Amino acid sequence: MAELYQTQRAMRNMRRAALQRGVIGILDIGTSKIACMVLKFDGSGTMRETDGVGPMAGQANFRVIGAASTRSRGVRRGEIETMAETERAIRTVVAAAQKLAGVRVDHVIACMSGGRPSSYGLDGQIVLESGKVTEHDVASVLASCEVPDFGRGREVLHAQPVNFAVDNRSGLSDPRDHAGNKLACDMHVLTIDGDLIGNLVQCIRRCDLELAGIASASYASARASLVEDEQELGAACIDFGGGGTGVSIFVKKHMIFSDNVRIGGNLVTQDLAQGLRVSLPVAERLKTLNGGVEATGRDDRDMIEVGGDTGDWEADRRTVSRADVIGIMRPRVEEILENVRQTLDAAGFDHMPSQQIVLTGGGSQIPGLDGLATRILGPNIRCGRPLRIDGLAHQLTDPSFSSAVGLALFAAHPQDEWWDFEMPADSYPARSLRRAYRWFRNNW
Amino acid sequence: MSFVIDHRPGRQSEPPLPRPKRDPAPSRLKYRLERMWLTPLYRRVVRVGLPAFLIAMTAGLWMADEGRRAMLTDGIAGVVEKIQSRDAFQVKMMTIEGASPAVDKALRGMLPIDLPASSFDIDLVALRLQVLQLDAIEDIDLRIKPGGVLSAVVKERVPALLWRHPRGIEMLDATGHRVAGVTSRDVRRDLPLIAGVGADQASEEALELIDAAGPILPRVRGLVRRGERRWDLVLDKGQQIKLPAEGAVTALGAAIAMHQAEDILGRDIRVVDLRNPSRPIVQLGIDAQNTIRSARGQPLLGPDGKPLEEEKGG
Repeated sequence: MAELYQTQRAMRNMRRAALQRGVIGILDIGTSKIACMVLKFDGSGTMRETDGVGPMAGQANFRVIGAASTRSRGVRRGEIETMAETERAIRTVVAAAQKLAGVRVDHVIACMSGGRPSSYGLDGQIVLESGKVTEHDVASVLASCEVPDFGRGREVLHAQPVNFAVDNRSGLSDPRDHAGNKLACDMHVLTIDGDLIGNLVQCIRRCDLELAGIASASYASARASLVEDEQELGAACIDFGGGGTGVSIFVKKHMIFSDNVRIGGNLVTQDLAQGLRVSLPVAERLKTLNGGVEATGRDDRDMIEVGGDTGDWEADRRTVSRADVIGIMRPRVEEILENVRQTLDAAGFDHMPSQQIVLTGGGSQIPGLDGLATRILGPNIRCGRPLRIDGLAHQLTDPSFSSAVGLALFAAHPQDEWWDFEMPADSYPARSLRRAYRWFRNNW
Repeated sequence: MSFVIDHRPGRQSEPPLPRPKRDPAPSRLKYRLERMWLTPLYRRVVRVGLPAFLIAMTAGLWMADEGRRAMLTDGIAGVVEKIQSRDAFQVKMMTIEGASPAVDKALRGMLPIDLPASSFDIDLVALRLQVLQLDAIEDIDLRIKPGGVLSAVVKERVPALLWRHPRGIEMLDATGHRVAGVTSRDVRRDLPLIAGVGADQASEEALELIDAAGPILPRVRGLVRRGERRWDLVLDKGQQIKLPAEGAVTALGAAIAMHQAEDILGRDIRVVDLRNPSRPIVQLGIDAQNTIRSARGQPLLGPDGKPLEEEKGG
């Protein structure tokens, strides 16, 4: 854990340096598209009221000065599969965003959705010697959390203190200066495959960029698409992506659970391609332009030219009805939603005080999805769009960019994580002192 | 052995294969170059520094040769000359208004321009300062009018006083500035005469005194400045009125009032001393003193003011 603590701390420092320079890049690496935004932190806090962007959520201190998105390459199920391809895609999108922004981006904050995220709720408890909670006590209670065996090659992506309790007063968000004898904390830890982070770091470094932070895509999209009340009262955010569907549950402004269902929009496209015997691009077009989940009588008569360039006239002049498309899409969407339901059940979402569910991500734009989701997930469902942020072009404000927008919010106002607190001195490994001593002896 | 004759139509020429789609990703080199280009310092160096350096270097190398430098300066001078000597800028004649013939002649001699000349060569300010050194000219308005006319509107000084001083006689205007020298008093009999060192400094007071002299003006011969401090009004018959330094006009008024009341200036009085205005002193002439002395039986005074020797023995 100590090593992780150091790397995350280094990333935090890099983020601070980037903010001081005023420019930071946002890189959302998804399965179907890669989005990059260049944020400028001028600190002026001036809003352009004409755009309808008010001082929402305290995110007025930055501005998007360049944004671009491109088709993702080499990414499968939210994981980097072909590094060279992904690197090219990152280069494409970063070059385009830089060109729009007119400034050079050196630090990026990235998010990924895959890597089999798993959440853990940890708790720790210490005895307060001074009878009062100090900053040091907060750090040591976080360090005292019992860490389960995450498994081989797992890395901690988020470790956020969710709740503090002093003696029997629970539900504190900031326990400092509270008087008491005992300090306990609950911490939410999200781990993903370590190789995935390594690959991401490698890809980004090969693009001459520095990684200034890393976040989970489902966390980022929830930050963008859940409104403040939903984050406070409790809500689940479901991010329909290409390679997977992210699920995250928020309560009291903290993420308490996150998971990823490994079925996404790409599988729907694949079903269409197989069922209608068309190529994948044609299937993708059919899905986005004519897709749906609720068939009506009119859809039977709505014939769509499939097209093709096989050279076979019969094959190229085929038409399918919209009802066919819907008939292929619906079972797969239902399956995704069933899986989401299972995930939510496993997380105990039923026991949450609020049953609000927000659908976001590119897949949430399927017409009629909210009706279908109401039947499977529960009654309180809305389709969420990301928060409006200053300077973002209109075509980049649809739900598929919610994780990018959330990442921008994350870059501007990161929530406290474990590594934001000073590690208690006794848990520093003694090895480092010895290493420093050796270095001095060797070099002087 | 059999022939297989292919009756199928000849293979149609295949349409050229669509070119493989270009990779939209920038190559690593291009990406790095773009990022370098977006670096502010590099950008500034390339866009400002490098061109400036190149221009400076080419200019420097070209100018390093003496002949080229001379050629350049000559060329510039030639172009300037050509433009300045264009017909539109030529000044062909000079008009002088408001000057007497003598001043006109002096001016024409003084303005050292051989017309026609280019208006760029005429420095009007310097010319004006030069002309203003002429005493007779109070102000001059020099300008080049359209049509190539150098117009000078002259305002001459009006002589108001004659000033006699050890080196001659000069005419002064009302402010005491020299207008011209005259050879004798008779040249300008109409002007009042002042004399003495520093008289020109107080010419305004002198003019006031002369205005105030009023009824005795026909008898006034002039004003004499004493000690650069006060005036003496000199009348004919050797009479003079000594005026105080302060309030001279008032004192003169008092003297005139005395004269009108008692006709003191018609009597044999040499000096009316008003230097202390509250205590006028009158100095009698010789004849009057002798009249008094003879009446008292005292010896008479000679013209030099000394008592005559008794001519008893003679």
